[in-house]
Amino acid sequence: MTRKRRRLIILLLAMLSLGTATALVLSAFNDNLVFFYSPSQLMKAGLPSDRLVRIGGLVVDGSVQKGPGSRVAFSVTDTNEKVPVVYDGILPDLFREGQGVVVQGRMQPDGSFKAVEVLAKHDEKYMPPEVAEALKQSGEWRRQGGEAGAAAGQKESTTQ
Amino acid sequence: MHRFASPARFLRLAGAVQPWLAGGTLVLMALGLYLALFDSPPDYQQGESVRIMYIHVPAAWMALFVYACIAVASASLLVWRHPLAGLFAKASAPIGAGFTFLALVTGSLWGKPMWGTWWVWDARLTSVLILFFLYLGLIALTNAFESPERGQRASAVLALVGSVNLPIIKFSVDWWNTLHQPASITRMGTPAIDPSMLWPLFSMAIAFTLYYFWVVIVRVRGELIEARLRALTRLQTEGR
Repeated sequence: MTRKRRRLIILLLAMLSLGTATALVLSAFNDNLVFFYSPSQLMKAGLPSDRLVRIGGLVVDGSVQKGPGSRVAFSVTDTNEKVPVVYDGILPDLFREGQGVVVQGRMQPDGSFKAVEVLAKHDEKYMPPEVAEALKQSGEWRRQGGEAGAAAGQKESTTQ
Repeated sequence: MHRFASPARFLRLAGAVQPWLAGGTLVLMALGLYLALFDSPPDYQQGESVRIMYIHVPAAWMALFVYACIAVASASLLVWRHPLAGLFAKASAPIGAGFTFLALVTGSLWGKPMWGTWWVWDARLTSVLILFFLYLGLIALTNAFESPERGQRASAVLALVGSVNLPIIKFSVDWWNTLHQPASITRMGTPAIDPSMLWPLFSMAIAFTLYYFWVVIVRVRGELIEARLRALTRLQTEGR
């Protein structure tokens, strides 16, 4: 065996064990690496009200109530469970009904969620307004939206 | 690959290729910027802020690509002791750090109006920040040794160890839920980006790639000339 060959084999073995070690560490810390929990996970966990957590999901259509002042109330869903959220502050530009959001805050004893921060989640679709309009008119839009919602729900359930 | 590893041959080839890379970079960068800023539609949700994407996405791609190039060069330095591989890795690191910084800054500028925050510690953003620190570590480690060869070998080991971060960055948005959106181009099926927005994106991506090869060739030539100068000075002082 030449020296070059030996170095190559040592390098490959080192990379293999390094990769395995990293994969093990990442899967061990899987729960800590998620950025937010879904409403279903939150309901199952039954967290105490002093824990600051983030939940992610879609804003339920027709659930947004604004006022008085900068107060907003809306519901977040992962299509299985629904969490009512109250928030007092500035909403990001992309916040709207049917849009993905991540809210950080605490569960209240009455089962609602008091948010201290609301972030909008952007999906991977980019298109000009005319194309979005055309899609909506041809009825393709609902199907696509449903797909995205289902995909989001699926991903959340696999991370448990 | 091995045929180009001789410094003399590299210098000859680099001299011939360099003007083409420079010209290609300038033309495609101008075209890409024109398309991105003037001749592409606003997004249906993001409005004009979508134009940040034409810098952000190619910069992030390059951040990964340059690191992958450094990792390959590092392996070839450690296994086959190619004289050029170490210089190539050394020359690439600051360029990669620049691309990573650009991706982080433009992402932050986009995040404030769209997400509502400059920064979050989700898996994608955090792993890219680690990539940036890896680049800084490579630059520091290469220059931390008295002999250039030892510095290059030490940072080659670090580069290979750090390469486990590349799949983590790429798949972070699929493995864990993150605030950052999943990939639009490399997903299964058709890209989720309208064709009118793909052209400026690809044009910028190719311009960034040509820019990288252009600058890395200039830097490796500089390194070779410096090494030759060092050798000559040593000969002169010894001869005296």
